[in-house]
Amino acid sequence: MTAAEIFEKLGSEFGSAILSLTEEPATDSFITVDPAQLFDICHTLRDEESLLFDYMMSLSALDLGENLGVVYHLYSMTHRHKIVIKVSVSKENPVVPSVERIWRTADWHEREAYDLLGVKFDGHHNLIRILLPYDWEGYPLRKDYVTPDTYHDMKVPY
Amino acid sequence: MGLLNRLDDPYEGGGIVLGKVEELLNWGRSKSDWYLHFGLACCAIEFMAMNASHFDFMRFGTIPRTSPRQADFIMVTGTVTFKMAERIKILYEQMAEPKYVISVGSCSNSGGPYWEHGYHVLKGVDRIIPVDVYIPGCPPRPEAFEEGMMQLQKKINQQAIFNKRKRIELEDSTKDESNKES
Repeated sequence: MTAAEIFEKLGSEFGSAILSLTEEPATDSFITVDPAQLFDICHTLRDEESLLFDYMMSLSALDLGENLGVVYHLYSMTHRHKIVIKVSVSKENPVVPSVERIWRTADWHEREAYDLLGVKFDGHHNLIRILLPYDWEGYPLRKDYVTPDTYHDMKVPY
Repeated sequence: MGLLNRLDDPYEGGGIVLGKVEELLNWGRSKSDWYLHFGLACCAIEFMAMNASHFDFMRFGTIPRTSPRQADFIMVTGTVTFKMAERIKILYEQMAEPKYVISVGSCSNSGGPYWEHGYHVLKGVDRIIPVDVYIPGCPPRPEAFEEGMMQLQKKINQQAIFNKRKRIELEDSTKDESNKES
């Protein structure tokens, strides 16, 4: 299926929760969706006969300034088509439903996104830091992050 | 080495070689350095090439150890993050004296490419443990490892062994006095 067909298929099922489709020649086409319905949308993407996105290639998060974004790259081994799903949430309350129960790969990916950008994945069974020490403060990949002067009495700046 | 060269010219033509005990002990120590390899990043990959047959790191008498208790020196190869820095310090403290440190590559020398924006990187392993030899490079070529190892051997050869306790006590007492003054 092409991105436009997938967009139509999702639109017929979820209506206004599917916000927009962006098609640009140089990048993968992506569908922006409402984070509140993300879990059900992903469930449909995986289990619907004509979609069957059984492989989550990557889950990444990014700082959009006002908001935080989460990007899902999906691939179907059966139909050999792929799609990119994007959501964005406010920095004040960055809660996104966890898709860990749909794709097991998402477990560590979501922990990394939480670790570095502070996206809170609702429904994740073990949302703790994965790379940084457990007692680290703040989320370093946010644009407004201020590097601390010391960590455990070790000087951080050069 | 001075001691071995004297074998060709023994004392009064007999089987006697004159020299200092320090020279002999240091010669032995410098030629059998066991190391704890602390591989952290791409420098450790380069170190694999150094260990393989072409460059043959073991010709220096070095043997990799998996325990800090058996090691004479620790080789820090790669990016030292704050998370790892604490573990390196613990391992260094577990090593028996005399102990040495070789810092390999830009990251472990000074933070390397992370020197400005690396919120998670210790800017040089010498901020937590005393480094004896720095090997520059990103990563260093095996020839640089060889040069670093030879520098360490040179350093070991110049170490004083006699009256070590007395000298340490003297150093400590002068340190205490200077601390009191400041």
